[in-house]
Amino acid sequence: MSVLVYLESWEGKFKKNTFEAAQYAAKVAEAMGTEAIGVAFGNLEDDASIIGKYGVGKVRHVSGSDFENFDNHKLAHAMHSIAGEHGANTVIISGTFNGKAIAPILSIKMDAGLVTNVLSLPSSVSPLTVQRSVFSSKGLVDYSTEAENRVISFIPNAIGVEEGEGSAEVSSANMAAMDTPTVTVNEVDRVKGKIPLPEAERVVSAGRGLKGPENWGMVEELAEVLEAGTACSKPVSDMGWRPHTEHVGQTGIAINPDLYIAIGISGAIQHLAGVSNSKVIVAINNDPEAPFFKAADYGIVGDAFDVVPKLTQAIRDFKANN
Amino acid sequence: MWLKEKNGASVTVVNVGKAETEPTLRKALAIGADDAIRIDTDPTDGFYVASQISEVIKENQYDLVIAGRESIDYNGGQVPGMIAAILNWPFINACVGLELDGNNASLIREIDGGKEKLSAGLPLIVGGQKGLVEEKDLRIPNMRGIMSARTKPLQVRPASEANVKTSVGTFEKPAAKSAVKMVDAENVNELVDLLHNEAKAI
Repeated sequence: MSVLVYLESWEGKFKKNTFEAAQYAAKVAEAMGTEAIGVAFGNLEDDASIIGKYGVGKVRHVSGSDFENFDNHKLAHAMHSIAGEHGANTVIISGTFNGKAIAPILSIKMDAGLVTNVLSLPSSVSPLTVQRSVFSSKGLVDYSTEAENRVISFIPNAIGVEEGEGSAEVSSANMAAMDTPTVTVNEVDRVKGKIPLPEAERVVSAGRGLKGPENWGMVEELAEVLEAGTACSKPVSDMGWRPHTEHVGQTGIAINPDLYIAIGISGAIQHLAGVSNSKVIVAINNDPEAPFFKAADYGIVGDAFDVVPKLTQAIRDFKANN
Repeated sequence: MWLKEKNGASVTVVNVGKAETEPTLRKALAIGADDAIRIDTDPTDGFYVASQISEVIKENQYDLVIAGRESIDYNGGQVPGMIAAILNWPFINACVGLELDGNNASLIREIDGGKEKLSAGLPLIVGGQKGLVEEKDLRIPNMRGIMSARTKPLQVRPASEANVKTSVGTFEKPAAKSAVKMVDAENVNELVDLLHNEAKAI
């Protein structure tokens, strides 16, 4: 028995979610009294031994032309094969878009019980019991699986990351030719220089209250001083003011950052479904009756065009003095 | 339906559920699907549902299977990927764009912080997401559609053997938020102070 963890990388670099997954796996392995093994893919720029800082002692690196681009079937095939080599019965996957594509495929290959949208570490490892989010974050439920093999996909930023000491032993794993269905990646278009939403610890989000896309400068400025990602409500992305990748809510991305600042968003239930797991919520709105104030920890009633620049300056001053 | 009009196809809608789910299938027939299949059992978990639907796909010749993003209750998002693994078909999740040209599909998939353009051959399974069909092309049933849906075939079939791999325990509501603390718009420094000292968020 051991625990396997998917180490996602983009353009050769590991992501914060990857470290969190490693840490999650290390803690599950500890509870099971066994070791955690990471599996990394493709050309790596980062030295995979850094995964050791998060408690994972071994990393298997799978490379070759089949793994340069993301291909869910090939990755699941390789994970399955490495799980067999190490006798792993538990696999940890961060619920990113790529993670969500691999987890169900791998669960079938391993004949495993799959639990997605997990919010915390397992309360029991035998049988595996974890708490997961249901009804679009309006409820939590303890989910169990009696299956011998299990795959857990957790919501990014569920347990956070703490860097420790250590260095993982890295060895390559070779994959024989695979008979999997093929999908060809023609082009990857990723926003540069921005913090991707699902892994942002802080998020500044704005809605229709901002009146037009030309007014997003102040949102970006506030996000910059906070080192936060930027997000928006559904109407804003529908009107094309902001790209769909920034849309948070029931039909957009569900996030759970440490801090969520909502500017000029009324707080419709569909929006809250995507953000109510945030640890601290600040709402800024000129309507004192906006439903968001009921879901928020802190609120300011006021004109966003007045409040936001002031808040940005106040945080800038605070950072300069601390 | 949008693809049907553009490329010509026959569309079958399938779900796993008891009789109370039939109005939803009729609605799909009313906006243009040709026939419907209901697998008569409770959709217990992702694997169980995926196994049921895979059986239907194996028995018929489909070129393309489209699923939604996730169920409205458990939000699992597991079924299409599982079907892809059971049938060994290519799978695209979080799909926000799909065009067909003969047996080839060009797709756009959402990824963290961006988009990916892909191509794949049929048969293919797609997990859709908001954006797959543009809002202006979304349909609501009209009266003619509703009338014709009544006579379109809706086949009810028994469930096939499959395991259930997960079980549901105690439900809980998330911890209630304590009452919101309002800060005066003239005093943003107080908010910074609260975020730092009380919430430990900055």
